[in-house]
Amino acid sequence: MMGRDLLAIEDLDRADLERILETALRMDEVGRRDVKKVPTLRGRTLINLFFESSTRTRTSFEIAGKRLSADVVNFTPSSSSMKKAESILDTAMTLDAMDPDAVVVRHAVAGVPKRIADALEAPVINAGDGAHEHPTQALLDLFTVWQEKGRLDGLTVTIVGDIVHSRVARSNLYAFSKLGAEVRLAAPPTMLPPAVEALGVKAYTSLREALEGADVVMLLRIQQERLDGCFFPSIREYAATFGLDRAKLRYAKDDAIVMHPGPINRGVEIAHDLADRRPSVILDQVRNGVAVRMAVLYLFAGRNPRREG
Amino acid sequence: MRLSLLSPSGEADKGASVAPSPNPTAGSEPRPAQADAAPARVVLDDTAIRRALVRIAHELVEHNDRLGDLYLVAIPNGGVPLARAIAANLQQIAGLEVPVGILDTTLYRDDLVLRGERPPLRRTEMPSAVDGRVVVLVDDVVSTGRTIRAAMDALMDFGRPQAVQVVGLVDRGHRELPIKIDYVGKNIPTQRDERVELRGLQGGLEGPLEVVVKPERSEGDHRARGERSEPERSEGDHRARGRAEGAPGEGGSR
Amino acid sequence: MARIVIRGGRLLDPASGRDESGDLLLEDGRIAGAGAQLAADGALAVDAAGCWVVPGLFDLHAHLREPGQEYKEDIASGGRAAVAGGFTAIACMANTQPVNDDPSVTEYILDRARQESPARVYPIAAATRGLAGEVMTEMAALVEAGVVAFSDDGRTIMDSGVMRRVLEYSGLVRVPIITHAEDRTLARDGVVNEGPVSTRLGLPGNPAAAETIHVARDILLAQLTGAHLHVAHVSTAGAVELIRAASERGVHVTAEVTPHHLTLTDEATLGYDTNTKMAPPLRSERDVRALRAGLADGTLDAIATDHAPHAVHEKDVEFTAAPPGVIGLETAVAVTLELVRAGDLAPIEWVRRLSSNPARIAGRPGGSLAVGAPADVAVIDPVRRWVYEPTKGYSKSRNSPWAGRELTGRALATIVGGRLVYDAERGVLAP
Repeated sequence: MMGRDLLAIEDLDRADLERILETALRMDEVGRRDVKKVPTLRGRTLINLFFESSTRTRTSFEIAGKRLSADVVNFTPSSSSMKKAESILDTAMTLDAMDPDAVVVRHAVAGVPKRIADALEAPVINAGDGAHEHPTQALLDLFTVWQEKGRLDGLTVTIVGDIVHSRVARSNLYAFSKLGAEVRLAAPPTMLPPAVEALGVKAYTSLREALEGADVVMLLRIQQERLDGCFFPSIREYAATFGLDRAKLRYAKDDAIVMHPGPINRGVEIAHDLADRRPSVILDQVRNGVAVRMAVLYLFAGRNPRREG
Repeated sequence: MRLSLLSPSGEADKGASVAPSPNPTAGSEPRPAQADAAPARVVLDDTAIRRALVRIAHELVEHNDRLGDLYLVAIPNGGVPLARAIAANLQQIAGLEVPVGILDTTLYRDDLVLRGERPPLRRTEMPSAVDGRVVVLVDDVVSTGRTIRAAMDALMDFGRPQAVQVVGLVDRGHRELPIKIDYVGKNIPTQRDERVELRGLQGGLEGPLEVVVKPERSEGDHRARGERSEPERSEGDHRARGRAEGAPGEGGSR
Repeated sequence: MARIVIRGGRLLDPASGRDESGDLLLEDGRIAGAGAQLAADGALAVDAAGCWVVPGLFDLHAHLREPGQEYKEDIASGGRAAVAGGFTAIACMANTQPVNDDPSVTEYILDRARQESPARVYPIAAATRGLAGEVMTEMAALVEAGVVAFSDDGRTIMDSGVMRRVLEYSGLVRVPIITHAEDRTLARDGVVNEGPVSTRLGLPGNPAAAETIHVARDILLAQLTGAHLHVAHVSTAGAVELIRAASERGVHVTAEVTPHHLTLTDEATLGYDTNTKMAPPLRSERDVRALRAGLADGTLDAIATDHAPHAVHEKDVEFTAAPPGVIGLETAVAVTLELVRAGDLAPIEWVRRLSSNPARIAGRPGGSLAVGAPADVAVIDPVRRWVYEPTKGYSKSRNSPWAGRELTGRALATIVGGRLVYDAERGVLAP
């Protein structure tokens, strides 16, 4: 894995995913120590290249890198200077000339991390590209479920929300399917991607049916901006038909867990009384995000040696 | 929290070699104990090992005043059954309940060359605090001393031990750092290009264990596996060779 | 509840295919039995000799103008006009003031209907907020409030992307989206069918293509999304062909046609009578023939009146300024029986298109005389001659092209939920 890019869960196989998860388990232990630092990536440089702002993901990568003793640099280009594709590559290659050992990229447009990866010697880690993929989110979601349930094979995972615009949904549907879980998507018909069942998942427009017997309920954030696209009529109607509350949760298994990539819209995707305690594991997801990102950096960081010497 | 692996081959916590292959496309690597074609000579059989561990336990009692401060810390994978056996012996000999911790040193290695695959990580479990303890590191084979140095670095991040002592079942020489072993099972002189390993780890505490010496295998799979229970050649050679030849054993990079 | 026995009529039940003479017994709001010489002590007897006994008629498309324009019509008067015309149920469109795009308006309409209307009233809500054609309405909430379909009728959703999302989202609630198919940019200010008649009249024309283009678009979007599309007031031969082909390929499309489009051509507008101004306009002879054939072969599923009341002072202006639309609840029976008389439809098929099919499209009970079905029944005399005077009718408005004409065929009695609400002698009966 070292020196490879991590662009998409779609590119990883079962063995890759397992290796990352097992490594994350070890990194989780480091995060529980008093001194949360190991010298593993000392002297290495990690650059967070975030074209789309995201404090939580960027901070998670930063903490992960620092716990591994790497030098972490945050680079957030202003949107006005980043309008043209050429500028993106220029920026990335300029940074690459400073020999980073990994570049973490987030962009609002799908495919940009791949374009950057093709041009760079440093490995590129995709922190979210448009509606395409968000691999480390899916990895931390996998890890969270694994820790809660002890297995992934045979579980039923129901993902609810604006699927068509969600990179989290896409990465998760690949990740959980590859590890043997049954993945269900629940959304209003306007938010289900066309032909999504060809990816090996079942699509539902009834939340109730999608929740029947689910082990994991994963909620996606609803964005107000979507209203302009006429995808659904109002927050009120979304909350009534697809928002999760205790009554609807009863259709899932008694020990079902509730997840959300954050930030949450209380009262929209998730009822107030569900968000803050069991069965919600949302804060565990955040904690696990650091361990998973440490694992990813441990396994992937390191410049491509073929070009050196 | 279960540590069982997701794939059916989960046996990591029995101290055996790690199951998932670092190069996923190559399929799982054969275990060293099974796949070896070259002959291996047994230098310590199970009986000899057990006897040595009893002797070491006696020596620990003899050389330490404050036996209540003892803390056995095993370096996985090989150190684990050895530390547990020593703890059982201390119980029997002196009625002591000595805690046993496991401390993986992989993240502290000085040879995590950023070419070639990252070695898989092993379990760390430190049930007791380190502050003020007499930490007795337990490893199966000590050679260059770099692992012990890494273990001490790791230990310092856990706290401030009163003292650190080292148990090595096998001392095969070729030190590169000023590290001494306080309690040795057996000194076994070897060639640099030979490998010494403790086998039988899947049997857990019951064994049977044995230490074998065998000739070095090809560079490629050696480095690719990143085995911990087999000491590598000197790290210096390793790095130099890597630089000159590029990085064999890597799965297709970009 | 009272018992009613309807004696000696010709029972026409599209649900079972039954077409035979006999009595029909109603009890406790439900159909209790049918057959010859039924025993019925204490029952109110309705004499149906020489008449057809049919399931109460169901109008999929009526404008009741309440809330907001009660001077034209309201739920009470509209309900009375309905039962006087043999209709036991009407679905009312959303272009009221305020628009029915919110559950509160729906609840208001249902409440008024409960209190004032002898006919059942099923609200149709707007497909987009304020009928603006931009943001879809809260379909789940509205269906829960009692809405049976969504439509921007009165206007058209011009933005195809919005129409796509509206159709797609309707899959959540599985009720039809009713389209008033008309490309406004083509229809522009046209007030009569574009053709020889518009030329002679010297009035701006509304081409048939304005309808067929949107019918094609909406059918393709229905196909893309799997939604149930219902085409309102089909007026062109082109639309009929498109709907026929779409049904054959399995698209879930249904359609309705009005009594006026089935029986009047654009020639009726010669003379500039604003009571011949409708939207869509009356079309050519060829279109009328195609509509009749489409109704007969099932391409067009239902007859719906598009009852559109306007005040006298509103219609009594120059042709271009008059609002389009005519009332039709009280004349639908007589006017559409024309097709039976001409041999285009068998009596039971005529009943089907006025009762069972509309009920099925609306997803509500109706169109059946089976035992246990709700006792919504009409007694129709197909040969009764009468002169239609709108001033003596129940609708508040008078805008009808058949005003003062002698018509043949009339409802003689209407029963809703087992209660006689109308008979021809006494009129609409007090509750």
